Amino acid sequence: MRAVFNKTLLEIAKKDPRIHMVLADIGFGEIEPFRDTFPERYYNVGVAEQNMTGVACGIAMEGNIAVTYSIANFPTLRCLEQIRNDVCYHDANVKIVIIGGGVSYGALGMSHHSTEDLAIMRALPNIVIEVPCDNYEAVAATHAMIEHNGPFYYRCGYKGEKDIHSGPIDFKIGKANTVREGNDVTLMFCGPIGSEVVKAADMLKEEGINCRIVSMHTIKPIDKDAIADACKNTGGIVTIEEHNIIGGLGAAVAEVIADEALCPKAFKRLAFPDVNVAKIGGQAWIRDQYGLQANGIAESVRAALKK
Amino acid sequence: MEKCKQIATQIRVDSVKMTNAAHSGHVGSMLSMAEIIAVLYEKILNVDPKNPKAPDRDRFILSKGHAAAGVYSALAQKGFIPEEWLSRYYCDDGKLMGHISHKVPGVEFSTGSLGHGLPVAVGMAIAARYAKSDRRVFCLTSDGDMNEGSTWEAIMFAAQEHLDNLILILDYNKIQALGFAKDIEDLSPLADRMENFGWAVREVDGHSVEDLYETLSAVPFEKGKPSFVIAHTVKAKGIDYLENTVESHYRFVPDEKIDGVIAKLRGEVK
Repeated sequence: MRAVFNKTLLEIAKKDPRIHMVLADIGFGEIEPFRDTFPERYYNVGVAEQNMTGVACGIAMEGNIAVTYSIANFPTLRCLEQIRNDVCYHDANVKIVIIGGGVSYGALGMSHHSTEDLAIMRALPNIVIEVPCDNYEAVAATHAMIEHNGPFYYRCGYKGEKDIHSGPIDFKIGKANTVREGNDVTLMFCGPIGSEVVKAADMLKEEGINCRIVSMHTIKPIDKDAIADACKNTGGIVTIEEHNIIGGLGAAVAEVIADEALCPKAFKRLAFPDVNVAKIGGQAWIRDQYGLQANGIAESVRAALKK
Repeated sequence: MEKCKQIATQIRVDSVKMTNAAHSGHVGSMLSMAEIIAVLYEKILNVDPKNPKAPDRDRFILSKGHAAAGVYSALAQKGFIPEEWLSRYYCDDGKLMGHISHKVPGVEFSTGSLGHGLPVAVGMAIAARYAKSDRRVFCLTSDGDMNEGSTWEAIMFAAQEHLDNLILILDYNKIQALGFAKDIEDLSPLADRMENFGWAVREVDGHSVEDLYETLSAVPFEKGKPSFVIAHTVKAKGIDYLENTVESHYRFVPDEKIDGVIAKLRGEVK
């Protein structure tokens, strides 16, 4: 997905001279085409994420679009106050892009996992949060990010993600995309974990459980209509995300349910428990340890529907 | 230069009055930078209250955002904001908060948490270069602000980028929140340090409007290098009983003393 993101951004930047990239010495093998095509719009500030974000804000304050870019939680948590005070408060046109949401970087360890970012970024006023699930959404979300005027957080995948949509999609910030129709339960997910959700839904279908599958690619602003419709017209909601159980997609959906007094017939949040993920292994293996691969998701959906 | 002196005096008087009315802190930080702000707004910055967003205006960021009241005073004196606003500083539903705010006409950027001003100033200097504009970016920092890692990240990067349209001025009163800087995080030998970091450095008496004018008129000090001005100042300059004290970071001038203090600031009494 990162390759698709970088290629799409480069194409957009060819037509839009406002776009600058501000890096913190991360992006080997991916960012070189932008660097070589637009050296006057490319800055590597060194390993200094606070400065990356502040510099990007200064560039953006002058009518430009500045993209910050690094992996995992480096461009968010390390420089959170710059995002809050500088970018969000000033409504600066800064786009914060991470590569490797969730546990994409698996065995590199917890320092390279981005598993609290949605909760923390969601608590900041005046920012849009996008989590594309596959290459089609990644392309569409990149265009939407540049078209949107203001702070934007883009949680990109890493590499080798399977496509979930079957082709280019209608994409709108704040509007969820239904991957598959169904009435027995709605599986709401964000990000590349969607491919496991689809597999789980395939298993459940064989058992006669027809799942609606919804990509909640925009975490903020959340699509309230999609949640209300799922409560009204399906047998409940299960949320699936590669994130701590606190504050991410599941929490955002639960807040809407509570605030709007919606009554889903069943409701369950699937995410990492509130622990530091210290298990050593690849992304798929770590997900599996916490019931976030297809089998585990299917099992949790069955359990949620039995209650 | 007389006008600069008058503006500096008025910054001091306004700062004393505003913090007294608000029962708020940081008066020492406002008074130490009074001449710097006066010279910037009267003589150096290419800014126009009639057109505060003119694209090629010079940019000024107060990175020591807690001294906002001193800038608000200058903005009122230069006609960016109505003078009446000053009397409602820090008030419920007021227009002027304790830390500098971009919601105020003439203010480029909000700060308050230290270490934020210089990185943004660097980004603005880069944007000016990209726009092929001659505008300059001035940033005013403090002892405490110079402790922040993000400030040093930006210091290194500004030199790397050869940003000679960037000027960092240090209001070097040598006091920070909990004491004298030399006892907490000694910046000296500061000129050497900054030169070694790739900046062109000049030291100046930060209370001499003539010296400040001469120095700030000479930027960039060296082509291809960002300029650093070490302005030696005295915290709470002009209020003898508060001068050079940590307390001046917190205490406002109380009612029983204010008339005497203001008379002295105005030179009406010795």
